[in-house]
Amino acid sequence: MNLQNILNELEVVDGELAGRMAHVSRRGLFSSLTRKTIAAAAPMVMASALTSAYGQGSGLPSNVVDVLNFALLLEYAESDFYNRGATSGLMVPMENREMFAQIRKHENAHVRLLRSVLGSQAIAMPRFDFTAGGAFPDVFSNFQTYAAVSQAFEDTGVRAYKGQAANLRNAPAILEVALNIHSVEARHAARIRQLRGQKGWITDNMASGLPQAIYDGENITHQLGIEVIGLTGKSRAEVTEAFDEILSKDQTLAIAGAFLAK
Amino acid sequence: MEKLNLVSESPSRADGLGRRSFLRYAGGVAVIGSVLASCSAPDEIVSKTPTNDLSKYAGGRISNGITVNLGSGELGILNYAYALEQLEAAYYEMVMRFPYEGMSAMERQIFSDLRAHEQIHRDFFKAALGSAAIPGLTPDFSGINFRQRSVVIDVARQFEDTGVSAYNGAGKFLQTEAYLITAGKIVSVEARHAAVLSELQFPNGNAFAGDTPIDGNGLERSRNPGAVLAIVAPFIQETLTSGLMA
Repeated sequence: MNLQNILNELEVVDGELAGRMAHVSRRGLFSSLTRKTIAAAAPMVMASALTSAYGQGSGLPSNVVDVLNFALLLEYAESDFYNRGATSGLMVPMENREMFAQIRKHENAHVRLLRSVLGSQAIAMPRFDFTAGGAFPDVFSNFQTYAAVSQAFEDTGVRAYKGQAANLRNAPAILEVALNIHSVEARHAARIRQLRGQKGWITDNMASGLPQAIYDGENITHQLGIEVIGLTGKSRAEVTEAFDEILSKDQTLAIAGAFLAK
Repeated sequence: MEKLNLVSESPSRADGLGRRSFLRYAGGVAVIGSVLASCSAPDEIVSKTPTNDLSKYAGGRISNGITVNLGSGELGILNYAYALEQLEAAYYEMVMRFPYEGMSAMERQIFSDLRAHEQIHRDFFKAALGSAAIPGLTPDFSGINFRQRSVVIDVARQFEDTGVSAYNGAGKFLQTEAYLITAGKIVSVEARHAAVLSELQFPNGNAFAGDTPIDGNGLERSRNPGAVLAIVAPFIQETLTSGLMA
């Protein structure tokens, strides 16, 4: 494989990645390449840089493999959901098509990236049932239902990534990648919430018709042992909006498990 | 606060500079039309792609001669976050104090929420840092025309994009689990802000999670503290120093 040719052929994406790559990679790995071509190199280079930091796939600490496979499960669900949404004949309003195309693009990229980092240790994609056993029977024929399930995945994803961050402290380069995914999921969540007529941020633990488990604990008002209400004279609602809360792996799997085909 | 009020008396230093340039260059009546046209032009340009260049909103780079050291290590990172939250809170306080003409009810609600969230983040960090907290900082928004909707939204969106990249880049420096989780709780709210502001600026497209802050791998950018501090320096009258990674 001629790496340079591939780099030359790929489209320019984002020069910012280069700085990050330089951080996670061995010094000088990219010295002969321009920032733009590095940025264009898609998951392949990212994966090679990460594996160079941790050795081959099997060199990843086992806790990191667990977190990445957990993340991959969520990304599989999201990518499969949006891929089906794009190909199922679902009528998406014209003004929302670019939005969903962008989200779909990101989720597919996240799957590619995580699979490339995990290598042979990546789990296979399970079969999903996005009706959740019949709870959302018209998920791919009714745009309102589709949007609701989209919100469920995005808000859950934000909380799930956040809940695993601490488990990646022994792998700072991978922690950073997880954080770089996490904020993208939050952007998706805010947009889909607005599309559904809600604020982009989560007030209290309001579930807005979605399973309450997705928003359980979002109404916490103390952080680092400090009761935040009263510090600023702001309302309880505003305090809960200002902090997104974590979901544990078990809490997340209980939510996502409803979408696994039985 | 006195300083803030002082600056807010004439929200736009850019306007002031524009007038001086006008007086300097407008030697003849014939050029007045074209100068006026060029003054109003920036608000008319509609770009479909968010760009990030806060430097064009830098004011007179007012310095109050005070140097503030954020420190190093985890406390340095928390003070760094505290500094950024101070800047954001002060910005939205100005937006709400001098709302641009025609601010819709929806926009007012959004900016009111953003102000509340950033004030909460600011006051939370101050409480969490206790005696280790840096002092209150003095903003310099003299280059920002708060009367102009497109400017207010553009600056807000860029502050939020910058904030997200700052938190994304700071996580690896937080080894204490509670600090890392707390930063995570805040960064996703900043990302929600960035998405909502991007949508306000470029509706019905992909700007809410656009290809400027997010790369081809679906990863949002990170910045190290040094890069972020350089971006925000024009908007803070104190000189910030730190032992944090450049």
